[in-house]
Amino acid sequence: MIKKTILSTVAAFTLASGMALSEDIDIVFIGKNTGNPYFDSLTQGFVEACDVIACNFEFVAPATAEATSQIPFIEAQIQRGVDVIAISPNSPDALNQVFDAARAKDILVLTVNGDITGNEEHRDATILPTDFTKVGADQVEMVGSLIGYEGEVAILSATTEAPDQNFWIEGMNKTLETDSKYSKMTLVATVYGDDQPEKSTTEMESLLANFPKLRGVIAPTTVGIAAGAQVVQSRGISDTVKVTGLGLPSEMRDFVKDGTVEGFQLWSPYNEGWLAAHFSVGLKNGSMENKVGGTFQVPNLGTITINPGNSINTQAALTTFNAANIDDFNF
Amino acid sequence: MKPILKFLSGREAGIFVMIILFCTAVGIYKPHFISSNSLRIILLLVPLIMIGAMAQMLVLVARHVDLSMGSMLGFSAMVAGLMYRDMPEIWWPIGFLVAVGTGAVLGLFNGLLVTIFNLPSIIVTLGTLNLYRGLTFIISDARQINRANIPSELKAMSQTSPIFGIPWIILMSFAIALLTFYLVRYTQLGRQIYAIGSNPNAAPLRGINVTKVTLIVFIISGALSGLAGIMYASRWGFVNPSNTGMGFEFQVIAAVVIGGVSINGGVGTVLGTFLGVILLGCVAAALPLLGIPGTTQSAIYGSVILIALLIDRSVRQRATANTKRSRA
Repeated sequence: MIKKTILSTVAAFTLASGMALSEDIDIVFIGKNTGNPYFDSLTQGFVEACDVIACNFEFVAPATAEATSQIPFIEAQIQRGVDVIAISPNSPDALNQVFDAARAKDILVLTVNGDITGNEEHRDATILPTDFTKVGADQVEMVGSLIGYEGEVAILSATTEAPDQNFWIEGMNKTLETDSKYSKMTLVATVYGDDQPEKSTTEMESLLANFPKLRGVIAPTTVGIAAGAQVVQSRGISDTVKVTGLGLPSEMRDFVKDGTVEGFQLWSPYNEGWLAAHFSVGLKNGSMENKVGGTFQVPNLGTITINPGNSINTQAALTTFNAANIDDFNF
Repeated sequence: MKPILKFLSGREAGIFVMIILFCTAVGIYKPHFISSNSLRIILLLVPLIMIGAMAQMLVLVARHVDLSMGSMLGFSAMVAGLMYRDMPEIWWPIGFLVAVGTGAVLGLFNGLLVTIFNLPSIIVTLGTLNLYRGLTFIISDARQINRANIPSELKAMSQTSPIFGIPWIILMSFAIALLTFYLVRYTQLGRQIYAIGSNPNAAPLRGINVTKVTLIVFIISGALSGLAGIMYASRWGFVNPSNTGMGFEFQVIAAVVIGGVSINGGVGTVLGTFLGVILLGCVAAALPLLGIPGTTQSAIYGSVILIALLIDRSVRQRATANTKRSRA
């Protein structure tokens, strides 16, 4: 019995080292668009993972985040013959065909940071930064804690068709309606700044003009929260109107330091890249399995579970940033 | 009575009526639209477009068009932003010189292509619209210049004010409008720009160096786009290779054309351009205030541009008819 175990262990080692000796896994990550600081950090996770495990990494992205702008990039990578395409999809359905073409060539297709909701059968797995079903409730709690759970609040979102945004907004609405803790809070408006600073600023100014009793604003988008904070800062009303939401520490640091924003939330984009690289290599060399309910180990992140729908989260809940911890984060 | 008639027969009348009508209509639904606060919001929306519009007016008057403005804005802002990031100890006003200078060089390049090779400016600047945008990605390594890298004194220019609580960038945009007015009204160069646009064939016969004047117009367009670029960094506190200046040229051209500047050259006033910019600012500020959903805002914005052009046209025709009658 013991002999058998030893034998099989040796066999497994030989197999594993044989795999490791074979060529490195080629991973490409296709971002939503270039010049988006959010993806710098995510990409860094891939890069540093490929420094320690057997993979080659490349980042590409179209100039604009349009529904179809990623298709030529995916086609080029299929031509190139990469092993893994990780992608933050710009559209929930426009990429189905080209994903199928990639998978027909045995390329692993992972959606990262956003999924193709409703078309999950066209990708192998999705890696999401956190459990998106809890984001809405967490954000309501965040704004509630800042305004003493009482008064008018508004949502400043990105674009009207963004699937993530709408999913979180739905969660916020539900939480405000059903949880008695927030019964003294009223959602007075949901507006969209299209992730443009100009438009987000105008929408924020309009919220202040239309709702003089406004106490809090949730902006679950990095452009929106920065624009909202800037309006509050320039008007000097940070004592009466609390801006929070999802933002990047690097963009929000000034606002937190000068007291304009007391707290906001996000997750670690770095960990998404780090996990995606480990998962890719694990699946390709056979040391991990893409099976719902299965688990695998990722250094620094611990045990990761594959949830229904082949969905993987890098962290259980949102990280809250405030004056006490913001200097600990460099993304 | 005469100056009023003159004003009414000018291209400015239609657009002025439109601003009054629009603001009154919005004010009826949302009384707090008529407030000093709204005025502040509108004025803070327009400084960049105001500066771009003054330049584009000169270009259109000279019977050209500059589609590369947004990319020149982005590239100039990026050059200044990279300087701030990599040389944090530099005296911050240098950024203005760097951005304006960079823009001027880009504008000169446009002008050279147009004049030396005698190419249509719409094609040349369509090419450089993409070229300059691509170069912005290359020099920045496709990375954004973050808020922390933009000097706080520069950011403060969009908030602090030397007089009457009017932020610096608004005063600067008005100063550019006044300078353009002076250029058009009182300088030989100004008259030459109109002469070229009215009749490009006759201009050289009148001793005008068409190449030189055209080059200057494109250099001004580049330099003012560069100025708008550094003001972008001031206003928004970041420079992004893909967003900064994207679509700027279309906002500018819309404002200029609403302001009565003819795309056929030779015709256009600073006052008209100024009013065109203000009207678009009013619309942009009013739509969210009226609670109009984002999905329909751009359709309404586009419709307002078309309606403004139609009203402008009919008011002017009637006014012209009236003047003719009173003269008779």
